[in-house]
Amino acid sequence: MTNHYIDFRNADYILIIGCNPAENHPISFKWITEAVARGAKIINVDPRFTKTSSKAHVYARIRSGTDIAFIGGMIYWVIQDMEAHPENYNMDYVKNYTNAALIVNSGIKLPNDIGQNGVFSGFNPTTNKYDKATWQYGNTTTPETDTTLQNPYCVFQLMKKHYSRYTTDKVSQITGCPKDQIEAIYKEFAKSGAKDKAGTLLYAMGATQHTYGSQNIRAYSILQSLLGNMGIAGGGINALRGTSNVQGSTDQALLWQYLPGYLPVPVDTDADLNAFMTRAKGAPATPKGLAWDKSINWKGNYDKYIVSLLKAWYGENATKDNSFCFDYLPKAKTGANYSHIALMDAIGRGTIEGLWIWGQNPAAGGPNSNGARTALANLKWMVSADLWINETAEFWRRPGVNPADIQTEVIVLPAAGSYEKEGSISNSGRWVQWRYKAVNSPGEAMPDLEAMNLVMEKLRELYEADTSAPNREAITKLAWDYGEEITSDNVAKEMNGYDLTAKKLAASFIATLKNDGTTSSGNWLHCGQYPEEGKNLAKRRDPVDVSLNKIGLYSNWSWSWPVNRRIIYNRAAVDFDGKPWDSNRPLVQWDAANKKWLGDVIDGGGDPINIAAVGDKRGPIIMNNDGVANMWGRALADGPLPEAYEPWESPITNLMSGQQIDPCSYISTYMNERGTVDKYPYVGTTYRCTDHWQTGIMTRNLPWLNELSPNMYVEIGEDLANSLVPRIEKGDKVKVSSARGSIEAIAVVTKRFQGIQVNGTTIHHVGVLWHWGYSGLSKGDSGNILTPNVGDANTTIPESKTFLCNISKV
Amino acid sequence: MEISRRDFLKASGAGLGGIIIWRALGSDKKGFPKDITLKKEAIGETPTICCYCSVGCGAVVAASEDKNLVVNLEGDPDHPINQGSLCPKGQALLQINNVDGKINPYRLTKPLYRAPGASDFTEISWDDAIERIAARVKETRDRTFIKTDSNGKTVNRTEAIGSFGGGELDNEECYILSKMDRALGLVYMEHCARL
Repeated sequence: MTNHYIDFRNADYILIIGCNPAENHPISFKWITEAVARGAKIINVDPRFTKTSSKAHVYARIRSGTDIAFIGGMIYWVIQDMEAHPENYNMDYVKNYTNAALIVNSGIKLPNDIGQNGVFSGFNPTTNKYDKATWQYGNTTTPETDTTLQNPYCVFQLMKKHYSRYTTDKVSQITGCPKDQIEAIYKEFAKSGAKDKAGTLLYAMGATQHTYGSQNIRAYSILQSLLGNMGIAGGGINALRGTSNVQGSTDQALLWQYLPGYLPVPVDTDADLNAFMTRAKGAPATPKGLAWDKSINWKGNYDKYIVSLLKAWYGENATKDNSFCFDYLPKAKTGANYSHIALMDAIGRGTIEGLWIWGQNPAAGGPNSNGARTALANLKWMVSADLWINETAEFWRRPGVNPADIQTEVIVLPAAGSYEKEGSISNSGRWVQWRYKAVNSPGEAMPDLEAMNLVMEKLRELYEADTSAPNREAITKLAWDYGEEITSDNVAKEMNGYDLTAKKLAASFIATLKNDGTTSSGNWLHCGQYPEEGKNLAKRRDPVDVSLNKIGLYSNWSWSWPVNRRIIYNRAAVDFDGKPWDSNRPLVQWDAANKKWLGDVIDGGGDPINIAAVGDKRGPIIMNNDGVANMWGRALADGPLPEAYEPWESPITNLMSGQQIDPCSYISTYMNERGTVDKYPYVGTTYRCTDHWQTGIMTRNLPWLNELSPNMYVEIGEDLANSLVPRIEKGDKVKVSSARGSIEAIAVVTKRFQGIQVNGTTIHHVGVLWHWGYSGLSKGDSGNILTPNVGDANTTIPESKTFLCNISKV
Repeated sequence: MEISRRDFLKASGAGLGGIIIWRALGSDKKGFPKDITLKKEAIGETPTICCYCSVGCGAVVAASEDKNLVVNLEGDPDHPINQGSLCPKGQALLQINNVDGKINPYRLTKPLYRAPGASDFTEISWDDAIERIAARVKETRDRTFIKTDSNGKTVNRTEAIGSFGGGELDNEECYILSKMDRALGLVYMEHCARL
């Protein structure tokens, strides 16, 4: 998230869409409650009336998968209101801190333009891919601007034109939400656009798990940028992430397309290290005619971080002469996709023969579980490191299969639990917090760190001995000298990095890292966490809030990346003189007398725009090459603005255009049947309950939690339950089926789901938990048996939140 | 002077602060404990961060004298986010380690091996497990390794080994996994952030 959990308390308006913090992030709700006590309003949009909804001041029920229509309508409402009442908004921010004023290539065509039929210009229907040339700025190095926001090709006018189709009538037709509720919410949240108001937006997998999930988030980001809510205390766009260190695991690049710290992964078209670094750095674009005149383009520093990473990985073997061992790294195939769905498909097709799994459970956690479980049998070998036997580790003896038919060799490693070892985890607010070992792990269970080290030590031994092995130097020359007593402390230092000349830990990536091989850092984002021997800042436990006006930054508690900055993009929190837009919530502010920034660690350094010298007046959004919030996107797979499409499985045809689904969706062809509304008339959606977690393997083995929530259940509305023959009563055993498979569960019949009127038809939802499986103490069917193997156009995150299903009493 | 939990932890250094646990063994007819033992040994207090959702709540873990069992676990009152409170999952953290004073019977305590076609796991030693894993990885990697692609470009990858995990690992574990996967030439590497 851009902000952090405690910061929720600083908001005046809290838009909760696509998440359910009261049940799934219960303690976070403490800070929402504190905001409400101060007078804040909670606005909640969800297909189901959740416990979060019960605390909301305004609640809107929308059909699952219609966020872009709902938010697109709000963007249009705000644009119109902004033109009528600019005094109610922060127009300096909109014009200078977002790309609203930037002029786009005049060749751009929007989905409603003649002949476009629901897609943007550049679409190739044969490849389902876009040529993005017309999405760029007219001038790509020094974009023209129109700060009157009148030019028909400026982003503001293009957005106005695009979203003019998103009238409240149309939004109501698509979402099923009554028009008066829609307008009430638009009006309420738009108030956060005032300079002295802050609105935050909270989301989770309810937003991401769609074929256009990235564009859902983009819609939220556009709205927050337009309302001047990015980079301020009480604002931002905040993902309530699902697991305790999914932030850190992403930061360390356990995803195929990144190297640690979100550096790109090398591909086969990168001619050499220099070409790779040039691609990674990109080029700054400095818009003409704005209040500032220098785009920092922080990614221009990526060469320093790449070389420092290679020095951390290959140590003294990495020299200028051998391009710091760049050739050793694997190069991805251009255009290939190695993500979760593709990985499971590759197992199914037999491309992948071996799989090691360190604390994950794809037989129940990914989409289309029946397909995943069938695919696993194609593996020659599998390793599962976990605290428990999970569904994946024992897929070969799951109900209905004969183990003798499955030839997969399986090795299970017993892992230590979180307080049985030492190390750090990063919460969604990017706080890197150190944990300590409190007890020994049971029996021979071992921290993953030690197990991985043993495996790699053994592999290094084997490759030392085998001089004919391909690219063996990548392994034998790897800096892997942790020894038998590997410690998380040593690894944390490696991640932080060193000034290799001074032989000292690196103070920060700003002060220390270079591109000449004299510095190392395993992950530049962690550079500064461990700036001196004996000073691991993730261990800090000072609970005193030292922030300006005590806005709850708690900057001396643990450490947050980058450089202990608690709210990112905070350069947007001040006006051109460095004065906070809102003096009650001073996140950062310029101290003119002492010529320094006060408050949070300022993003991008330098002086305020009006004080800095000509040529050094810095744009606020330093990670974008044009220095501004990109409401108009130039690099997405599926369009420069979010456009409403239907889910892969939908009960209706798209009311917005003739293009039914996101044309760039990722659709698996492995055991992936598509259901139709005649056989599967209801909209299924998955979610979590308070007492269980993920595939349940960490909770279904704990008696206390099983006592609280003992059985797999599904939830439907009373109206649907009463309309079925035979009728479904609370507690009945029911069967829920989709084109991929069926499950049995206990029915929970409530008022929380209700039929929605969508364009003249009533649409019902079926809510499905996904915490169960055939392993462990409490057993039940897995919700993901129902979900489809289709993914978001940009990220390939599966569409678990909207699919077609049927339900009947067993 | 009021001593905060933080001061308490500080003062107790390596976490040797003792707390006393009242253990009731049965009760008389009126419901009062008839036999009470005072637990007098030092049990220590170690701060931790909850392993479930991403809020990052603090908890304090107390361990048995032999450091083999968690005997108490509660919210960390000094933690600025949760200020001592925990949700149901956070409160149940203790049972990951033990249930009623015995190691949770579902915990894995030894490496296990399942041979092709076998109907059950058998226990194996760590040495055996590591040797088997390394041998499988090397054999598959070397046989399927793509040193150069059809254009003659050095690509140094294998598409025959996949890596999953782990949003539940520590940062340091994630980091070395990221490093070792890449050193081995893996490109199919993913975890639950994609889900």
